[in-house]
Amino acid sequence: MSSTLKLDELISQDYKHGFYTEVETDSVPRGLSEDVIRQISAKKGEPDFMLEWRLAAYRHWLTMSEPHWATVHHPPIDYQDISYYAAPKSRKDGPQSLDDVDPELRRTYEKLGVPLEERALLAGVAVDAVFDSVSVATTFKEKLAGLGIVFCSFSEAVREYPELVRQYLGSVVPYTDNFFASLNSAVFSDGSFCYIPPGVRCPMELSTYFRINARNTGQFERTLIIADKGAYVSYLEGCTAPMRDENQLHAAVVELIALEDAQIKYATVQNWYPGDKEGRGGIYNFVTKRGDCRGDNSKISWTQVETGSAITWKYPSVILQGDNAVGEFYSVALTNHYQQADTGTKMVHLGKNTRSTILSKGISAGHGQNAYRGLVKVAKSAVGARNYSQCDSLLLGDRCGAHTFPYIEVKNPTARVEHEASTSRIGEDQLFYCQSRGIAPEDAVSMIVNGFCKEVFKELPMEFAVEAQKLLGVSLEGSIG
Amino acid sequence: MLEISKLHVSVDDKPILRGIDLAIGAGEVHAIMGPNGSGKSTLAHVLAGHDHYTVTSGEVRYRGRDLLALSPEERAREGIFLAFQYPVEIPGVANIYLLKAAVNAQRKHRGEPELDAVDFLALVKDKLQLMGMSQDLLYRSVNEGFSGGEKKRNEILQMVVLEPKLAILDETDSGLDIDALKVVAGGINAMRSPERAILLVTHYQRLLDYVVPDRVHVLAQGRIALSGGRELAQELEMRGYGWVEAEAANRRKGGA
Amino acid sequence: MSATAADFYRDEFARVDAWLPGRRLPWLRRARESALAYFADTGFPTLRQEEWKYTNVAMIEKSRFALAAPDRDGVTAEQIDGWSLPGMLRLVFVNGHYRPSLSSVGDLPGGVTLTGLAEQLERAPERVEALMGTVPAAYASGFAALNAAFMTDGAYVEFADGAVLDAPVELLFISTGPDLAMHTRNLVVAGAGSRISLIEHHVAAGEGAYFSNAVTGIVVGHDAEVVHHKLQQESRKAFHIAAVQADLQGGGRFTSRSFALGGGLVRVDIGVGLNAERAACTLDGLYMIDGRQHVDHHTRIDHARPLCTSRELYKGVLAGASRAVFNGKVIVHADAQHSDAYQANRNLLLSDNAEVDSKPQLEIYADDVKCSHGATVGQLDPEQVFYLRSRGVDDASARALLTFAFAEEVVERVDIEPLRALLETLLMGQLPERVKELL
Repeated sequence: MSSTLKLDELISQDYKHGFYTEVETDSVPRGLSEDVIRQISAKKGEPDFMLEWRLAAYRHWLTMSEPHWATVHHPPIDYQDISYYAAPKSRKDGPQSLDDVDPELRRTYEKLGVPLEERALLAGVAVDAVFDSVSVATTFKEKLAGLGIVFCSFSEAVREYPELVRQYLGSVVPYTDNFFASLNSAVFSDGSFCYIPPGVRCPMELSTYFRINARNTGQFERTLIIADKGAYVSYLEGCTAPMRDENQLHAAVVELIALEDAQIKYATVQNWYPGDKEGRGGIYNFVTKRGDCRGDNSKISWTQVETGSAITWKYPSVILQGDNAVGEFYSVALTNHYQQADTGTKMVHLGKNTRSTILSKGISAGHGQNAYRGLVKVAKSAVGARNYSQCDSLLLGDRCGAHTFPYIEVKNPTARVEHEASTSRIGEDQLFYCQSRGIAPEDAVSMIVNGFCKEVFKELPMEFAVEAQKLLGVSLEGSIG
Repeated sequence: MLEISKLHVSVDDKPILRGIDLAIGAGEVHAIMGPNGSGKSTLAHVLAGHDHYTVTSGEVRYRGRDLLALSPEERAREGIFLAFQYPVEIPGVANIYLLKAAVNAQRKHRGEPELDAVDFLALVKDKLQLMGMSQDLLYRSVNEGFSGGEKKRNEILQMVVLEPKLAILDETDSGLDIDALKVVAGGINAMRSPERAILLVTHYQRLLDYVVPDRVHVLAQGRIALSGGRELAQELEMRGYGWVEAEAANRRKGGA
Repeated sequence: MSATAADFYRDEFARVDAWLPGRRLPWLRRARESALAYFADTGFPTLRQEEWKYTNVAMIEKSRFALAAPDRDGVTAEQIDGWSLPGMLRLVFVNGHYRPSLSSVGDLPGGVTLTGLAEQLERAPERVEALMGTVPAAYASGFAALNAAFMTDGAYVEFADGAVLDAPVELLFISTGPDLAMHTRNLVVAGAGSRISLIEHHVAAGEGAYFSNAVTGIVVGHDAEVVHHKLQQESRKAFHIAAVQADLQGGGRFTSRSFALGGGLVRVDIGVGLNAERAACTLDGLYMIDGRQHVDHHTRIDHARPLCTSRELYKGVLAGASRAVFNGKVIVHADAQHSDAYQANRNLLLSDNAEVDSKPQLEIYADDVKCSHGATVGQLDPEQVFYLRSRGVDDASARALLTFAFAEEVVERVDIEPLRALLETLLMGQLPERVKELL
């Protein structure tokens, strides 16, 4: 694999996932009320506890107001102008096997390069695909079931494994957590659910592919992953959406739970539609992601490559409860044109000898605004806690912005916390050096940007790393003067 | 002077030294050689009292006392000196303060009057000359911004000022050019005396061209695999360490 | 806010109105009244405000500090000698009022004005009006508004173009009694090419709780230099709130060295506007606290124009159940190319109950810049401790020595010998006897 990409090739590409799929959609009318929530719950045939939980979340949400502390700006969102449920109308209640999946949908995922077919075995990735609000297909279910692994859509989990859902849902991100998480708790329609039993090492990458297709819908999926004692799982998430002039809201919640000696790796390549060059349209990506290292010696790592969305607002975090627990956050966030990103992490050290690492790479181009916002909190109980954070920003052009807002709160004298941040641009001397070796400036920029992100990319599974590099190139389109 | 018997040492529950026996008498110079990772530096640090290393069994007696029961500073005051392989930088603490603190800590321990600034400076000036160091180095922070060679010289300077009874030099020759090596060797040779023991820890034999040891020990896999006279060092230089390790492994197999 | 605090300050204003300086000046009157109205509206800051999330000022709100009248004065010349630094010119303020009889200004060269603000309001009100500016629509906080409403006096330091003094100027602020409020305002103006070296020195004559609320405005002209030292030795029960704003013109240099050793609850805001090309600033700070002291530093540096440089180093040593907050913001505005900014905050936690909150921030809107920051919280390096012990220094002394060295990095940058000596004495006061002999 070549580590550098031809930028001139790349800059000719537009957002390539911007097509729209003609499928019949079953949706609830725009607007939000207890009735709408009852409708969603009924459509999904949910047990009572689920409906009660949704309603409690909704009632709480009504008491909250939209947060405005992030360095992002957008016109007010009319929450009554969004449709909270959109599902492709399938022949029966839902696809029973891949053959049942609407051929139009399958073609969509083929275009996206998502392997829904069993031949994806070759890629070694089990996929759950979420189209608008509902899960349309999960591959390799049986093979995984043989190991006791549950990997299915959230709706199915609510029906088939209500005890697990009841035990863990909201235990990391309660429905009172924040404005968008509360909204999600009230209206979430589907998502992925994953449970790895004690001592099992999941033999393949699990993956969910999210796609927003319908107009005027919000996507509110919910992912819940539980790694029981000594289990291991690596999970990938990808996201795309059609190009539209209006903004669409995506408010997802992801909860991870790692029990004793368990490990969860969660990687995201987020490429929601970012809007056009003038900043029209694009997804508002307001996501709450949090992992709980509940057991001793557990580990959770987040890796994210954020190139899409008009606005990204997310802080994949780790609560380090167990002794010797480890939290990691590796991030590349790129903003071009009028994109805005306010992203980072929270590492909350509670257990003894807990360790966390934060590596954040922000790239700003055009009029893009890119903020790292992170909290490292060492509680009094966290004897011997360690954190190292590094936040680097790269600026391409003089109309963009790069911001760093770390919060460090230490209440234990045996803790060691180190934070470093730097801001740089691609130096003329660097470009000249490359040119004098015969490399075109566009290639040099691509090389340097990829080099800048290398430490994060190496945390991604191979296929994703390649995709991430390509995305960077596409997203930088037009940023080289 | 120093008797080590059946010494076992672990780091984070991983055994590093697996039964060291070694005796060094007053007036002797011993060299400990061995490949990287054989435990040489561990031995040096254990003798100085670093708490990163856990003694799991065995005994170390120093001038008739249980060395392992002493804190690092008590060992220093009793005349043990470790020249560090990687001398620590201490910004904000002037070299001269450290030296004076060290000298007076020792004198106080021995019940001798402490030196005032004037006497102390006179003492140090001579030694500076011996080490080919300029006086302004005294007023710089301990090892901060020193080159590799300057740090090593500074270690030897401390040694000649403190006049220890047992000097342990951990890879003092590494990273030195030939001129600096000669200066450092000169400092060590100046310290040789019938009352003093010196333990050289080194990977290469080149220091031993200038400081001729009485005994050479080869450390492999946490044990002393071989001991001999200075000619053993020359043999190692020619043949490398591989054969010693192989021989040691064979012997263990034969013994088992 | 509770109506009672607003009422209290309104009543207080009515009580002291008659003797506040400049009461015949309509512009000042308007400024005071609008500030009071602003305060009545917004009150004291609360934890819900991002800039105050770590510092709770409810105790100040609950207390009823009375503005000290100019005649309340029990300070003697001998006491002044005990507090002051030798070899300086000196303006002495007792409970927020300038005391010429206790001050020593001597014969000043032409172009140098050193006096109290109240006196300058009598002498040249138009000049003061021009410097204090029009009434701001909003204040940084309720404290700034209270200061604007109640300001009694302060230092007035103006150097004309090219003016230089050989000796530094000490501004000695003395608080004599409990339950007093002091709202002082200092104005410092450095004309083009002039050089001003100031030491703002706060001391307490007693151990009581009082409220000192100081605002300092500094204008640094073209190629001028202002060095502002601050040594804060308030009583351990005192509330010390301070705001400093320095605005720099082209080629101007501003240095702030802040040493926070005293006070019970301390909040210091330092703002620097690098408003023209090639302006440069250095912000250094040291907080060394224990007991239940709470010290909060907020700094903000605006790189508004190209080619400016800023350097910042704040270090903290925390013992007991003390708590420190550091919030440092560097903003590089659009088109401020070739900005060069570095900021560091290093904290040493010495006890189980100490706590630190550090928040260094970079906001950058230009691309050709060199900006970085770092923050650390930790303990003494165990390898350094071992090295010292292996040379015969006992564990406690080794730790004390390393703690001193940690703080000394900030102290050694002070180039006024008597101040540096005093600071070192104060630092050593916290070390074991044995170490003092070594140093």
